[in-house]
Amino acid sequence: MAHADTHAADHHDHDHKPSGIGRWLFATNHKDIGTMYMVFALIMFFVGGAMALLIRLELFKPGMQFFDPGFYNSLVTSHALVMIFGGVMPAFVGLANWMIPLQIGAPDMALPRMNNYSFWILPFAFTLLISSFFTAGGGPAGGWTLYPPLSLQAGDSFPLTIFAIHMMGASSIMGAINVIVTIMNMRAPGMTLLKLPLFCWTWLITAYLLIAVMPVLAGAVTMLLTDHYFGTSFFNPAGGGDPVMYQHIFWFFGHPEVYIMILPAFGIVSQVIPAFARKPLFGYASMVYATSSIAILSFIVWAHHMFTTGMPAAGQLFFMFATMLIAVPTGVKVFNWIATMWKGSMTFETPMLFACGFLFVFSMGGFTGLVCAITPIDIQIQDTYYVVAHFHYVLVAGSLFAIFSGTYFWLPKWTGHMYSETLGKAHFWLSLVFFNVTFFPMHFLGLAGMPRRIPDYALQFADFNMIASIGALGFGLSQLLFVAAIIKCARGGEKAPAKPWEGADTLEWTLPSPAPYHSFETPPVIK
Amino acid sequence: MVSIPQLNLHTMRKLLIVSVAMFGFGFALVPFYKKICEVTGVNRLFKPDDIANTQIESARTVTIEFDSNLRSALPWTFKPLQTNVQIHPGELTTIIYEIRNNSDRAITGQAIPSYGPQLAQQYFKKIDCFCFTQQTLQPGESRRMPVVFVIESGLPAEVNTITLSYSFFEVEGAARKAG
Repeated sequence: MAHADTHAADHHDHDHKPSGIGRWLFATNHKDIGTMYMVFALIMFFVGGAMALLIRLELFKPGMQFFDPGFYNSLVTSHALVMIFGGVMPAFVGLANWMIPLQIGAPDMALPRMNNYSFWILPFAFTLLISSFFTAGGGPAGGWTLYPPLSLQAGDSFPLTIFAIHMMGASSIMGAINVIVTIMNMRAPGMTLLKLPLFCWTWLITAYLLIAVMPVLAGAVTMLLTDHYFGTSFFNPAGGGDPVMYQHIFWFFGHPEVYIMILPAFGIVSQVIPAFARKPLFGYASMVYATSSIAILSFIVWAHHMFTTGMPAAGQLFFMFATMLIAVPTGVKVFNWIATMWKGSMTFETPMLFACGFLFVFSMGGFTGLVCAITPIDIQIQDTYYVVAHFHYVLVAGSLFAIFSGTYFWLPKWTGHMYSETLGKAHFWLSLVFFNVTFFPMHFLGLAGMPRRIPDYALQFADFNMIASIGALGFGLSQLLFVAAIIKCARGGEKAPAKPWEGADTLEWTLPSPAPYHSFETPPVIK
Repeated sequence: MVSIPQLNLHTMRKLLIVSVAMFGFGFALVPFYKKICEVTGVNRLFKPDDIANTQIESARTVTIEFDSNLRSALPWTFKPLQTNVQIHPGELTTIIYEIRNNSDRAITGQAIPSYGPQLAQQYFKKIDCFCFTQQTLQPGESRRMPVVFVIESGLPAEVNTITLSYSFFEVEGAARKAG
């Protein structure tokens, strides 16, 4: 972003940027804030990735090699918190900041000052979280779900973790409010809701989910805090509380949360596939309705995370069927993506490769999700590596691949240069292969009964664990190519045209590349 | 006609109210779940069970073992007066637990029962139990407390031993030491 915009384009005569560090500290420009979000997410992605590699290092061989179990558990817990709240969610908020105003023809996000706050809370939140590693008793080690009574037994890391979660939650809520206000009030004249690009649609629905559930998480962890320090008994059986109730409240947040992390990914893929298939998206309206029904259904399936808590059979049946019902709108989406490709003149540049990879691997994760939804099977595989495999298939190969796809798709618009297709393709193929090398064996491990969150394992699991660890190292190293591709693209390269992708048809491609610092100050005309 | 920035602030205010309301909703889930458990009878820890007047199956004998535990370093002594009884399903049985406060302060505790095998819980009907209320003991005080129960005759044939285990928790949260 270092280069001044040379386009003396029509009414953008003074494309003035504030200079120095103040540009970033006091940023109110949606593009600057979007960039900061994305860079922050990238850093957190590497922090969380380093933790994952340490976990795989310990699991490379059976027996205890490097860490004591407490530290191992802190790694597992923090890896999840960092990746979810520091990696995936800020990356999506960053993409939303950059692309939503451009896609709806708005000059900026609706609430620029709040936008600045919501970003700058994050570094503090994660400093708190990471600093908890240096307190007495080490980092949070009770799992990212913070189930009591285990999480209440943590040392001084406990309040730090809780406050970090409060701050991340506040940041997400502010970001979500901004997205809703922008999309509801700032659309260019003529852009009706059913003309919104799908990325905006999925983000709008995600933002409503965020507003509905992040405060519930804040409430749940506040109750943990008062249970621990102020003698309340929300989850403490001695005072009439119930630890299982925490799980109910947590998963009331937790299940919509997994859709918060996947719906924007659906949006990105719904933009990328039509652009490279050179056909309009198949079934636009059904995509919107499918996304909405996934969002609504996500509120009535939470207890499928709790099949082993001793729920009545009627409850298990209800949550099993409700969960399976979600496969219907998801299936509609997958069908639409494939129908969009059908008879399209497809080319496979990096964004399209990642979108296809997403489609393939995410669907596999979806199927294992269906397997987990079946109560009797879930009772068997609860808390095993099968579940670990399942959610990494939907989160890494789902959300993360979509973020990669969107990044390569929009990099030319952000930097004004084409990224290196060679680096991008190498990044894709290595990621896809190593991803599967890492996580596919975990299905077998889980089915054979290897429990998650345990630093040691029985000898019969040794071979698959070794394969998974090798894959993890390869996957981690492959991500350096991503950084290389971004840096190379930001510093220079082939000049990007306004619309580098032939089939792309949303508003951002009507702007020159790089997008001018102030765009759409006069709203565009929507046909 | 309101300007766009005014409209934005207006929408933002509405959404902020929604998120504050959802924060409250999180807390409202607590009584809500309790009510659901009460109505559906999922979690009846502190209430006597209703029992139907059933036949005593004198041909069948079940061993009931009694266990006692103390949590959060509770300075009490807590034990059943007999470690096990042999009874017939349908038979009304009374056993006694004893607690003593060994510390020099008054302490309130709450006992939570659990059953092994877990499946036996639904057939284990307690008519009276010290676990239905909190117990406050003065320094040095000791107390004998009954558990009156019936094992329902529907108990599956393969279950011939049931362990009833109580854990006493200290209720005074403020007095709990951190860590």
